[in-house]
Amino acid sequence: MAAPLKFSKTHEWVREEGGGTVTVGISEYAQSQLGDVIYLELPSVGQKLESGARLGVIESVKAASDLYSPVAGEVVEVNQDLKEHPEYINDDPYGKGWVLKLKSVTAANSSLLDQAMYEDFVKGQA
Amino acid sequence: MPLQYTSIREEHLAVRQAAGLFDLSHMGELRIRGKNAQALVQAVVARDIAKLAPGRAQYTVLCNEQGGIIDDLLVYAEEDGYFLVVNASNQDGDDDWIHRHAGDTSVENIGRRTALIAVQGPLAVEIVQSLADRELGGVRYYAFVDGAVGGIACRISRTGYTGEDGFELFCGNDQALALWNMLLEHGRDRGLKPAGLGARDTLRLEAGMRLYGNDMDDRTTPFEAGLAWTVSLEKDFIGAAALRKAQQPSRLLAGAKMLDRAIPRHGYPVIHDGQPVGAVASGNISFTLGHGIAMVYAPPTLSSVGTRLAIEVRGTGAPAEVVALPFYKRSHPK
Repeated sequence: MAAPLKFSKTHEWVREEGGGTVTVGISEYAQSQLGDVIYLELPSVGQKLESGARLGVIESVKAASDLYSPVAGEVVEVNQDLKEHPEYINDDPYGKGWVLKLKSVTAANSSLLDQAMYEDFVKGQA
Repeated sequence: MPLQYTSIREEHLAVRQAAGLFDLSHMGELRIRGKNAQALVQAVVARDIAKLAPGRAQYTVLCNEQGGIIDDLLVYAEEDGYFLVVNASNQDGDDDWIHRHAGDTSVENIGRRTALIAVQGPLAVEIVQSLADRELGGVRYYAFVDGAVGGIACRISRTGYTGEDGFELFCGNDQALALWNMLLEHGRDRGLKPAGLGARDTLRLEAGMRLYGNDMDDRTTPFEAGLAWTVSLEKDFIGAAALRKAQQPSRLLAGAKMLDRAIPRHGYPVIHDGQPVGAVASGNISFTLGHGIAMVYAPPTLSSVGTRLAIEVRGTGAPAEVVALPFYKRSHPK
């Protein structure tokens, strides 16, 4: 069974995959706010990211927005399918629409929210 | 009008493949009446409307004394006057401007009591026809008839802002909801979908249609904006003297297609040989073509088809090439 998702206040999600590796994506709420995703600018494998650092850009028809890394780590894989199918972010943000995987994730980021807390946070934003 | 009902992409493709339903009731409408109505319209719009027959409409611009575009609009010729369809955000300004030159001619702003619902797409004509009390096949592009759709009195105008065939239906505010629901009910089986402001923008961009405020403003001349065809310099109108001297502008609105996956957006710099030479006026993805497209201001020497340019996207020059406007032209008959 997959580990539970944790969320940043900038609407990225993280899932622990074991061995200090995590998968990162964007939340259902974020994709619904962005609308049709048409392009992503993502880092290369090997790039090291600080927690809260800009990891890339996501563009929808409406606007270009920054993506932030919810944890610190090194990029080990980028979802190549998103090049041809950026709409996976809209269709399946917690599945086919994952964005990248990070390794060497040291400490858990204590500012991340669990699903229930994140849903409350989103309600507060609406 | 919401930005989207379901998804901008779905709504865009519905209009290209079947039909979309737009609530454009925010648009402004002015009615000009009186024996000097034609002289007033001639004095304020750039195009010669003397030969515009009742039942026909033309696209043109209102200019200030400097030749800058105050608004772009459609002029409808009626039996006893003119009906102007103007941008929502400019309707009060246009009303004031025309009033200032009106003398004893009546100018009435009916925008706030007039609703506008557009049905656009290859199946739009048959959808509207199925509810109309008139034979619409003979209503040519940029022509209109006053009739009824689903029993609701409407001006039925074969115009639009999407690059597709279709109709724009003007009716009283109190009838708009009933008209909307009836069209949706009759069109749903044919693929008619409600479409929002987002799809309206991506559709009009593919069709090379200008958006006031983005592609032009009161410091842009119609020559710069590529709208020379809406200007008749042989007649007199406000701005004509300035425009006669402005026929060789130093910048032109040109079409550009992106050669990679970058998405151009309003305000991004246009670069040539490492130097900024202009800016993107409107840009986005083209869902029909599958790549980014933009209307850009560039010097005339760099605006001919085939010229390579770069558009600066977040500090990096993305390759682009000047192409002819419009980006998209419908293939099915008018």
